[in-house]
Amino acid sequence: MKNARWIGLALLAAAPLAGMGEYPLHLLILCLLWAFVYTGWAVMGRLGMVSLGHGAFLGIGAYVVVMGWNHFHLSPWLGIPLALLATALLAFVIGYPCFRFKIVGHYFALVTLALAEVVRLIIIALRDYTGGSLGVTPKTALVNTSWSLGAMQFSSKLVWFYVILVVWLAGLWIWTRVDRSMARLALEAISQEEDAAASIGMSITRLKLGVTMISALMTCMGGVLYAQYQLYVNPESLSGIGISLQMVFGAIAGGMFVRLGPTVGAAFTLLLAEGLRLGLGHDIHGLDTTIYGLMLVLFIIFMPKGILGAAIAAYEKRRAAPRVATA
Amino acid sequence: MQIFDVFLLEAVINGILLGGILALLALGLNLIFGVIDVVWICYAELIMIGMYSVFYLHNVYHLPLALAFIGCVLLVAALGALLHLLVIRPVLSAEPINQLLVTGGVLFFLQAVATLVFGVEFRNVGVSLPALQVAGMYISFARLIAFGVALAGMVAVYLFLKRTYIGTAIRAISQDRAIMPLMGVNPNRIFVLTSAIGGGLAGLAACLLVLQYDIHPAIGLTFGPITFMVCVLGGLGNMVGGFIAAFIFAQFISVGGYFLALEWGYVLAFLFFIAMMFWRPQGILGGK
Repeated sequence: MKNARWIGLALLAAAPLAGMGEYPLHLLILCLLWAFVYTGWAVMGRLGMVSLGHGAFLGIGAYVVVMGWNHFHLSPWLGIPLALLATALLAFVIGYPCFRFKIVGHYFALVTLALAEVVRLIIIALRDYTGGSLGVTPKTALVNTSWSLGAMQFSSKLVWFYVILVVWLAGLWIWTRVDRSMARLALEAISQEEDAAASIGMSITRLKLGVTMISALMTCMGGVLYAQYQLYVNPESLSGIGISLQMVFGAIAGGMFVRLGPTVGAAFTLLLAEGLRLGLGHDIHGLDTTIYGLMLVLFIIFMPKGILGAAIAAYEKRRAAPRVATA
Repeated sequence: MQIFDVFLLEAVINGILLGGILALLALGLNLIFGVIDVVWICYAELIMIGMYSVFYLHNVYHLPLALAFIGCVLLVAALGALLHLLVIRPVLSAEPINQLLVTGGVLFFLQAVATLVFGVEFRNVGVSLPALQVAGMYISFARLIAFGVALAGMVAVYLFLKRTYIGTAIRAISQDRAIMPLMGVNPNRIFVLTSAIGGGLAGLAACLLVLQYDIHPAIGLTFGPITFMVCVLGGLGNMVGGFIAAFIFAQFISVGGYFLALEWGYVLAFLFFIAMMFWRPQGILGGK
């Protein structure tokens, strides 16, 4: 099992070297990038804190770095800490009162949804700097050169593949660290019964805030990478209700309670969207998203554990079945 | 600078008129939440479908506007009932958050279906009502009608809930979901009925909005988030709270939009909402 994991990783890392086309490589990069973001969401989502506002952090990551570069000639390397700082600040400002005053469930989801909308609207309202709904491209540093480390712009997709592969692995590592921590057990208890958990001395606010920070910072980092890879950002695709829901669905479709679940969800949603788009063509506008939306609804009704979650549950059930029979 | 200049007053009045519409939107959502304990994230998309139905009935099939409006209300009411039967009922016993998300999936679905069937072009029913000129202010007649109808609709719902047998049953269910089946009430029928009424209110809102806005598949995103904010600020399920919150929000949007740009009005409203959540997390009138 352990070996299989390393072999799989080695195959994945070697895949682009085997002469993969530009388009499949692009899909692979996007898949890993979204997998990282969905994993970031799942870090807190699985513990009962369902945020519909992670688009806010994604948008901050992308826009702080791009605005810093375009207007202040600030290298993304300095922009990243700035974006992370802004994200941490926002996550704290929103998270602290929410957890302190026990805003949970529907209320938490709707408060965070407001947050995502605020960020989207601010980006649009500052259209003189951000380009409004039309979006903006970072000023190119790729004149007479194919890469610029200072501007964090690389024309080679291969570079991006390895950067994002490492980031994705780091995301899985963070997920595992949180999964194995005491905080996870505590938070699971809290998500079941908040008052009982508090009565045995768990610091609800601090635990929740910590996990929220990790989740928000990961999402912010995803936004930065998305902007630098695509070299184009716009408010609709990086903040607001649409992308926030998409993140939630991605994580849930794959299964937010298992480590590779969000990754499976990212691969599934991306391949589904691309497959439908290629298979059905551009002529019938909206058919692909119709099927996509329908599948999301069916997923939540019939497979709330997600693809990987359901698969693992079925596998374990089959393995456990004979033992029960002999006992 | 004279504070009470005529344009500011105009913004305040427009805010009040907008508040009427928001209150109507919030009423439907609050009714459903109060009775079924589910938030329809796709509520504004039902309104979008309703707006298209008015457009098609009136401009394509050339029905009189009044008939188109009735058709719209009935259609969206049926959609509401259908939404409950097909989507909400299977997840009624699931985790609350799954109920929220499943309607989020319906949001994507309805938007995509609208794109597929109606296209992305902006449509307009082409009914233009004059603007009233009062003491140097321009008040949109469409907004005035919308305000009046929204108020009348809310009074009708209030009377229905208070004075009729079924209305009493609905209120009873919203007070205690577990006890009523013991009293011989079939909650499923009440749920379907409530969903239909909620849908009907969305249809009514669609009739009023179609007079003021162009129709396109993403129009729901313009009203959706603000409606949730109104409901939460008023206390989810609290209809009176929602009513008050609607007018507060509308003033933020309208007056904020007057001093700054329109988006900043919305930003202010949302920020105010977030700030209020920390002061009164259960809404201005929420007690639960």
